[in-house]
Amino acid sequence: MGKLTWAAIPLDNPIQMGASVFVMVFIGSVLAIVTFKGWWKYLWSEWLTTTDHKRVGVMYVLLALLMLLRGFVDAIMMRSQLAIAAGSAPGYLPPQHYDQIFSAHGTIMIFFMAMPFMVGLMNFVVPLQLGVRDVAFPVLNAVSFWLTATGALLVNVSLVIGEFARTGWLAYPPLSELQFSPGVGVDYYLWSLQIAGVGTLLSGINLVTTILKLRAPGMGYMRMPVFCWTALASNLLIVAAFPILTATLGMLLLDRYIGAHFFTNNGGGNAMLYFNLIWAWGHPEVYILILPAFGVFSEVIATFTGKALFGYRSMVMATMAICILSFMVWLHHFFTMGAGANVNAFFGIMTMIIAIPTGVKVFNWLFTLYGGRVRFEVPVLWAIGFMVTFVIGGLTGVLMAVPPADFVLHNSVFLVAHFHNVIIGGVLFGAMAGYNYWFPKVFGFTLDKRLGQVSFWCWLIGFYVAFMPLYVLGLFGMTRRMQHYANTEWQPYLMVAEAGAILILCGILATIAQLVVSIRSRASRRDLTGDPWDGRTLEWSTTSPPPRYNFAVMPRVESQDAFAYMKQTGTAGVFPDKYESIELPGNSPNGFVTAFFAVITGFALIWHIWWMAILGIVCALLTLLAFGWIERVNVEVSGEELARDARARMPKAEPV
Amino acid sequence: MSASAASDSIGVPTAIAAFGGDGPAPVRIVVGYGFWIFLLSDIIMFSALFAAYAVLSGQTDGGPTPHSLFELKHVAIETLCLLFSSYTCGLGSLFIERRRLKLFFILFAATFALGAIFLSLEFSEFAGMLAQGAGPSRSAFLSSFFSLVGLHGAHVTVGLLWLAFMMAQVAAQGPREYVLRRILCFSLFWHALDIIWVAVMSLVYLMGARI
Repeated sequence: MGKLTWAAIPLDNPIQMGASVFVMVFIGSVLAIVTFKGWWKYLWSEWLTTTDHKRVGVMYVLLALLMLLRGFVDAIMMRSQLAIAAGSAPGYLPPQHYDQIFSAHGTIMIFFMAMPFMVGLMNFVVPLQLGVRDVAFPVLNAVSFWLTATGALLVNVSLVIGEFARTGWLAYPPLSELQFSPGVGVDYYLWSLQIAGVGTLLSGINLVTTILKLRAPGMGYMRMPVFCWTALASNLLIVAAFPILTATLGMLLLDRYIGAHFFTNNGGGNAMLYFNLIWAWGHPEVYILILPAFGVFSEVIATFTGKALFGYRSMVMATMAICILSFMVWLHHFFTMGAGANVNAFFGIMTMIIAIPTGVKVFNWLFTLYGGRVRFEVPVLWAIGFMVTFVIGGLTGVLMAVPPADFVLHNSVFLVAHFHNVIIGGVLFGAMAGYNYWFPKVFGFTLDKRLGQVSFWCWLIGFYVAFMPLYVLGLFGMTRRMQHYANTEWQPYLMVAEAGAILILCGILATIAQLVVSIRSRASRRDLTGDPWDGRTLEWSTTSPPPRYNFAVMPRVESQDAFAYMKQTGTAGVFPDKYESIELPGNSPNGFVTAFFAVITGFALIWHIWWMAILGIVCALLTLLAFGWIERVNVEVSGEELARDARARMPKAEPV
Repeated sequence: MSASAASDSIGVPTAIAAFGGDGPAPVRIVVGYGFWIFLLSDIIMFSALFAAYAVLSGQTDGGPTPHSLFELKHVAIETLCLLFSSYTCGLGSLFIERRRLKLFFILFAATFALGAIFLSLEFSEFAGMLAQGAGPSRSAFLSSFFSLVGLHGAHVTVGLLWLAFMMAQVAAQGPREYVLRRILCFSLFWHALDIIWVAVMSLVYLMGARI
């Protein structure tokens, strides 16, 4: 069994064992309920084998919400540790455990919370906004999701069997080399990200192809909704950046598995090569996350002010400018490497320049709001909260783009405050805005407004209370990733930060309560029009939830904000006389089966169980060949069926 | 006119706004395009390894240098095999488009044979280096050399498997639409491997032989 023994179960660590038991009881009871209620058949045929881009999107977001809980538990454990571990107090988390927690927190929040959330929103919304019936490669789409889920599973298995990396979320060598991290923690990290990364790359290829090659007739490039533009930019970045991550982590794997010398201290290796390569992926990754969020805010602000977005063309230009510039700033993550004044100056200036297109966007949103009749629904709250918070985060980013300032602030908690400021204030707020905005489209009923407001205010205030003290502490000189600290003057600030984390916890609980309350009262909050917000783009022109085929007749796009134009000219909700039959991709177990073998292979490689790894790879290969051999047959939906559906379900949109 | 109705009149002439609005592309175009995007991402993965090789190729740690290991005659034969296999692959995929199955089989069999010769030459080169104690764990230079060239070799291996699979599929199922689309993708893949090999030959072997 390779390196795997009974000693891998952390029986001596009560916190880890408690969490493991809790997770296993939770999973066990979910499985028991599914079995008891006889839901397996439904789950298998409607969800696990689905190739419907909408359901795949829902599963991505569900994964993201679950991982948000896991990542947040890590966060609040760290905050609690630091609130008490001042002076000679050791706190309640031993250093090895604390190091695993901050590594897992970063890894999970970026790769398995923020990424699936954004990819999920794009998956659901983009084909609907483009007026088409699915993504370019529906089966591949399901495979992508299941590979991402595989990565998430492996990270969480490390809680129960073995350990996770203690090397931070980017596993810098030489610390992550075998010499200094001989355990399986770094291997869990590497294989999880390799498998999930392949899924993300495939999803990026899929969405780029969809946006560039599949659009409804009349949907020219300059008529695409801004969310589709930001999704295009984000997925182009995925295609261009994730292969670098795969190659870089691959090199570290070779160092650890066959004794190669890419990043080792001896043998001629060069650790700074890793820093450069990982950030050549890592900085674009930041924009992969934030660009779709920008798209969400653009849609939300245009919809709830009842106006076309101000400066559509400049928004498109700014998006594409960020897409390109994001590859020219990576070195600002390690000005202290000592590349010399000229190199640092170049990257400092490029970093300041990339703030300009972002500023263009902020002004476009402001000018859209100006003179509009803003309806303060929950998505708008998130959008306005974002605009204030993100600008502050952006400013501290530009501050650190000045190399001399960065030399002082590098690896301090000032940096921690900065990137949480942009990731929470940007990506997470965007995800929550999108979640509240599109939820009625996804499930056919609206979310509770009051609890949505509670959730927003808890998150917003909680964020400021939790992270503003870290800016101050960073200027005091507190470095990141400390398990305890000698300077007791810092303790009051960290106690305030702990209070902020508790406020954020209230926000998360309010989100859960909002979901539960809304589901229970769904009968009274049904969206029968398909257009609850008076939307402007094509996703609102079909029913909520949309049928499997999205549109019975592919819409003809005559203008930007196609649906608003249709409503204005009275062409929305008009029934054609005759429906033509359409073809849809059928279900496929390909994704689920692939993920099953990916879990086996990944686990075997982590624990050096070579026979099992070979078995997993051979089975995965045979699966691929078998699925390739059988011709996939599309499911046909007849014209009569469409007509019948349409009469029963088509929204009766009134011209406004 | 209110702003929402006049989206094309907010400054974008309708002719420009409607550019690209011809509706969804046919399946063959979509599949080919998607595969192109994949190939671009694959080339970026190689570029990261090229970057690593460029940084580490001088770091021999007192071990063998590129000059002492590379045999250009060997590389010339490998290059010829691979480039010629691209020619046969291209011809073969043209013939299957014209439903000339027999010629397709001959040319794809030739592609397979040339690819296999390339691989066996690469294998013997690697085996020779390992026998001299110049394996990937000897120095950073050798780590990056084996990874870069080995990754290309792994791609060729996958390509050969794919090629054999496609020949079997054509034999069993005939030149159906989805089979033809896959052959299109395969030939794009095979040509992309050539492009990468040209870079490997120039940057690794030709430049290395001088050092």
